[in-house]
Amino acid sequence: MSDTAHDHHDHRPTGWKRWVYSTNHKDIGTMYLALAMVAAIVGAAASVVIRMELHQPGIQFITDFQFYNVLVTAHGFIMVFFVVMPALIGGFGNWFIPLMVGTPDMAFPRMNNLSFWLVAAGLVLLVIAGLIDGGPGTGWTVYPPLANADYHPGMAVDFGILALHLAGASSILGAINFITTIINMRAPGMTFHRMPLFIWAMLLTAILLLLAIPVLAGALTMLLTDRNFGTAFFSPEGGGDPILWQHLFWFFGHPEVYIMIIPAFGVISEIVSTFSKKPIFGYLGMAYAMAAIGVVGFVVWAHHMYTVGFNVETRAYFTLATMVIAVPTGVKIFSWLATMWGGSIKFDTPMLYAMGFIFLFVVGGVTGVTLANAGSDMAFHDTYFVVAHFHYVLSIAAIFAMYAGFFYWIGKMSGKQYPEGLARLQFWITFVGVNVLFFPQHFAGMAGMPRRIPDYPDAYAGWNMISSYGAYITAIGGLLFFVVLWKTLTSKETVAANQWGEGASTLEWTVASPAPFHTHEDTPKVGSQPAE
Amino acid sequence: MATDAAKTHPWHIPEPSPWPIVGTIAGFIMAVGGIWYMHEGPIYLFGVGVLILLFTFYGWWRQVIIEANTAGEHSEEVKVGLRYGFIFFIASEVMFFFAFFWAFFHSSLPILSNVAQVWPPEGIELIPAGGVPLLNTLILLSSSATVTVAHHALIDDNRKKAITWTWITAILGAIFLFFQAEEYIEATFKLSDGIYPSTFYLATGFHGFHVFVGTCFLIVCALRLQKGHFKPDHHIGYEAAAWYWHFVDVVWIFLYINVYIWGSSSFGHITAG
Repeated sequence: MSDTAHDHHDHRPTGWKRWVYSTNHKDIGTMYLALAMVAAIVGAAASVVIRMELHQPGIQFITDFQFYNVLVTAHGFIMVFFVVMPALIGGFGNWFIPLMVGTPDMAFPRMNNLSFWLVAAGLVLLVIAGLIDGGPGTGWTVYPPLANADYHPGMAVDFGILALHLAGASSILGAINFITTIINMRAPGMTFHRMPLFIWAMLLTAILLLLAIPVLAGALTMLLTDRNFGTAFFSPEGGGDPILWQHLFWFFGHPEVYIMIIPAFGVISEIVSTFSKKPIFGYLGMAYAMAAIGVVGFVVWAHHMYTVGFNVETRAYFTLATMVIAVPTGVKIFSWLATMWGGSIKFDTPMLYAMGFIFLFVVGGVTGVTLANAGSDMAFHDTYFVVAHFHYVLSIAAIFAMYAGFFYWIGKMSGKQYPEGLARLQFWITFVGVNVLFFPQHFAGMAGMPRRIPDYPDAYAGWNMISSYGAYITAIGGLLFFVVLWKTLTSKETVAANQWGEGASTLEWTVASPAPFHTHEDTPKVGSQPAE
Repeated sequence: MATDAAKTHPWHIPEPSPWPIVGTIAGFIMAVGGIWYMHEGPIYLFGVGVLILLFTFYGWWRQVIIEANTAGEHSEEVKVGLRYGFIFFIASEVMFFFAFFWAFFHSSLPILSNVAQVWPPEGIELIPAGGVPLLNTLILLSSSATVTVAHHALIDDNRKKAITWTWITAILGAIFLFFQAEEYIEATFKLSDGIYPSTFYLATGFHGFHVFVGTCFLIVCALRLQKGHFKPDHHIGYEAAAWYWHFVDVVWIFLYINVYIWGSSSFGHITAG
């Protein structure tokens, strides 16, 4: 118990209590990363099984179509809430916010641990959901009426709802912690306009979480009472409206996609600057572009639901507002390119992944502008074109940012050097794999192939087979990552405090590698870095 | 606690703590128990979760009070952080209510929805806005004033006055809850009678639950005042309780204007006949 007197401040807890009772941002960050990796194996396995079923027309081996729907649902939920968010926000955020703003720990270290354990409990509930009463076959969007008690009478959807409630509570507490830490605990001299872009990204992500997640919590509560207590929020027979769910869900859901990609912006900005040996081009523009994306992200939600029967004015507004987001996004892309321009670029694995990110994000961004048009979206809605779009712009881009961040910071986190050659091979396999996997889906989608269906006409056979081979290549890349991870952690080769040299100017590179248990006990002074 | 001889920063780095994992276990048991109850199971498992949660609240916050009062861990910088933290928590609560207001407007206003029909729906016997709800509005608004009186007394180091007015505020909260409960009992519509009761009971019900939590918060603050926990310049817990109380007050004003008054008017609605 913590009431016990400890006579030494640097007392380092040992055994299981070090982790389970942790109040250390680095240990909690490590636990988040471990959880994300475990969840990633499950989420990726689900997607490979999906691609195996879609390898050829006709039913391959999944004869229970509810099971197929459960796979799609599990893949979405796990990747969004238990892989990308825990890794990019919980993992890298916890590890590097205190290190980069120059403070010993987070504002509320115990609440930080609560955030971690709640998301872990949420994952357990989600696994139970998948195994009980046939599982939730609703997709991650949980639309009623499919999600109501008529079509999912068992406990599966209720377990899914409660899993998201716990994960959501985790996110809200984490957001409070992140915002307070960044606003209140920056080292003297680090004004808002001198914060590293990763810190800007984390601050904005946390604000989006704080404002978006509670709306999902409200909507999930309504779904829970509709299912179990006879309310009629989403059932027309009681005067309710299933479209209300879509509004509430996407009012959360669109900020949610920025919650997943803005941390990636932060990671990529740090890496592009470090490996170009130049300060980031247009620092303030980059920071405020993220802020603009966050703000506009709250007023574009209905572009996910163009086909529900809006009047033309509503569709015109949401088309316009959505396209406006291309402007700050363009600021980011061109600023990354301008940072590289004339730089002394080193093509180490983090930079390869960062450049891969930029490529994938641009491809997905371009199809995003296509889909922003209510007119064209009426045709593309619920096709594989949409699947290809959001996997490029969001999912794979976020995964690339996770890989990039891992290779960028693993030296700081573990003190070990990752195997550069094997890591580059891992990058190229993954890069080829994801493009073979998702690029053909554009064509299948334009030809009309629908999402979330285990079978399809022979006409779509070619693109689907290529896509499935891409999935297998990507999976090999994923397995190779764990080999790289193993080789890194067992490596005898250590790294210096600043392994990347003069390009790496943020505060985490001023402490030893691996970062000691407690860092920045003496508050660092910040000069003009890292901005201009 | 740690000796601060070597500490060169103002921040509070707590020792490892069992409470986060205990609280998570409570939440997990409440989730599983709640689902079991909703699917024809008994309620005791949910109750076990609630008890563990209350135990967590007690143990965790007891420790925070020790850190604040005995261990002197709450430096000025830490106090600023705690205030920020609570403000952001209230911001998230605001967005939770935002969802229920959205449900209310979407269901009642044809301009927002293609299926919004007659509002209030036929067969719904409305609760007159000028009756008990108006009384409750006056009670809650008054309680926002009384908590301010108490807070100023605390700042002026007039502990006796602060204790009295905090108790008055808590009692006003309890009276509000009593009237709200009576309103529910006397209402002729039940939760499963369609969209009107759905929006009405969940919006006012979650508000009522927040009044309950806020009242408990105020009672704890009154007891802590009596024990001499709060200083004129150091009473973060009291400030948080007061802010929370103002927040439930503001939510009520929105509920009263929109659900009770606008919801019973013809403005923007399709009305019967």
